[in-house]
Amino acid sequence: MLCQNCKKNEATTHIKRVVNGEATENHLCHSCAENLGFDDFFDDFSLNLPGIFSSFFGDSMFALGESKLSRCEKCGCCFDDIIKSGKVGCADCYTKFYSKLLPSIQRIHGKANHGGKVPVKHETVTAQKEEPKEKTTEEKIAELQLQMQKAIEEQNFERAAVLRDEIKSMKGEN
Amino acid sequence: MKWYMGLGNQGDIVLSTRVRLARNLEDYPFPSRLDAEEKAEVSALIKDSLSDYTEIALKDIEMSSLTPAGAVSLAEKHLISPEFASDTKGRSLLLSESEDVSIMLCEEDHVRIQVIYPGLSLEEAFNAAEKIDSHLEKKLSYAFNEKLGYLTQCPTNLGTGMRASVMLHLPALSKKGAMRGLSTTVSKLGLTLRGSYGEGSEVSGDIYQLSNQVTLGISESAAIQNLSSIAMQIIAQEKQARALLVKDEDFMDKIYRAYGILKSAYKLTSRELTNLLSYVRLGASEGILNVPLEKLCTLFIELQPATMNAQSEAPLSQSQRDLLRAERVREALN
Repeated sequence: MLCQNCKKNEATTHIKRVVNGEATENHLCHSCAENLGFDDFFDDFSLNLPGIFSSFFGDSMFALGESKLSRCEKCGCCFDDIIKSGKVGCADCYTKFYSKLLPSIQRIHGKANHGGKVPVKHETVTAQKEEPKEKTTEEKIAELQLQMQKAIEEQNFERAAVLRDEIKSMKGEN
Repeated sequence: MKWYMGLGNQGDIVLSTRVRLARNLEDYPFPSRLDAEEKAEVSALIKDSLSDYTEIALKDIEMSSLTPAGAVSLAEKHLISPEFASDTKGRSLLLSESEDVSIMLCEEDHVRIQVIYPGLSLEEAFNAAEKIDSHLEKKLSYAFNEKLGYLTQCPTNLGTGMRASVMLHLPALSKKGAMRGLSTTVSKLGLTLRGSYGEGSEVSGDIYQLSNQVTLGISESAAIQNLSSIAMQIIAQEKQARALLVKDEDFMDKIYRAYGILKSAYKLTSRELTNLLSYVRLGASEGILNVPLEKLCTLFIELQPATMNAQSEAPLSQSQRDLLRAERVREALN
């Protein structure tokens, strides 16, 4: 198949985009894809980012910008501070920025569910809880992000795009 | 008697085992967000909680009361991190007499409990650290989250907060050029293999540190079992490689020459000592040279630059250290 743009070279890049649920398809050659900016396509998923900041938080970079607005009530740390220093401010930051931190945590450890020792004090607290509480928006977003990551790994970009939009809209409501 | 004066399990290849637990108090921001005064407050709380811990006697060392050499010496001996030695304000260390237990207060995390034992001794070291941890958790409220486990300043330590490592002497595998491949293999298994001072550190004297990388989603015992079984496989490979290496005349010559230099040198730099000790240690473990391994380990640890300075009354110049180092080695080996 020839490139739909220059109609000269063989198309090597197949781009399928889903914008607001509508899919469009393009077949382009390498140079046209580059000229039309499609090599930046994955930026939305924040893949292959340069290691400007602490590498742990590479995945969470898409949160930059919006992140200056919200600060942890306990230590005053915002998400930018965490990215730049590679250090989390306090225990509460993990709750406050849970969804933003989760992709990095997942990448470092592969899993995000503690499987080791539990402090005695905490064990009793856990035992007292009767019903599982409803998931917070933060937790839901985190879950969707994990699914998106997985979709990207499986090269299921269509699904990833849908998830990305869903995450964006949830953040909007938030 | 210090911990390194004894010989542990697999002592011909494993120099030491370390287990470290990172913990934080719920009510305080992590140390990088504390000023010197607040750090002192957190440290006092932890010390108070340990005051009735009778299992082991711990000396309270105010880091700022040490000379720079004194602080760096502790890092050379792997009792504290280099970072802890460089900024001593508001920080303190609890240290046992034999230096096998060290507790850093307000390092990267509020509490870092470390146990170091000779040889391969992962379970024992973990149990000792865990005992201290269990004592502390009764009195303090730890920062903990059901999903993320123990909360730590750096997300790489989340979950168990446990870093376990074994220090391996691998001259034969290094000589074979097998280290790069080995390092790639273990990284796929959730472990890291690197120089003896951890991240980014240079390898000297063929000493490598094997440690667990993943701390979240795995139990302490599973992580230890994993590390232990990989360590055993590396040990077996090193043994095989050693058996071949000692059949090589040229290599044998190197062992004897290294021994000769150590027994008669008038001056020795730290680097030269480390390199020669690697040969002599190999010779001693293979029964070629009649030198007790504990003795070599003691020389290796006590003749490091800052440790020599910390033990001397007046500060030593490098040249004075090199003279004294050679003298101590001659005394030990002749």
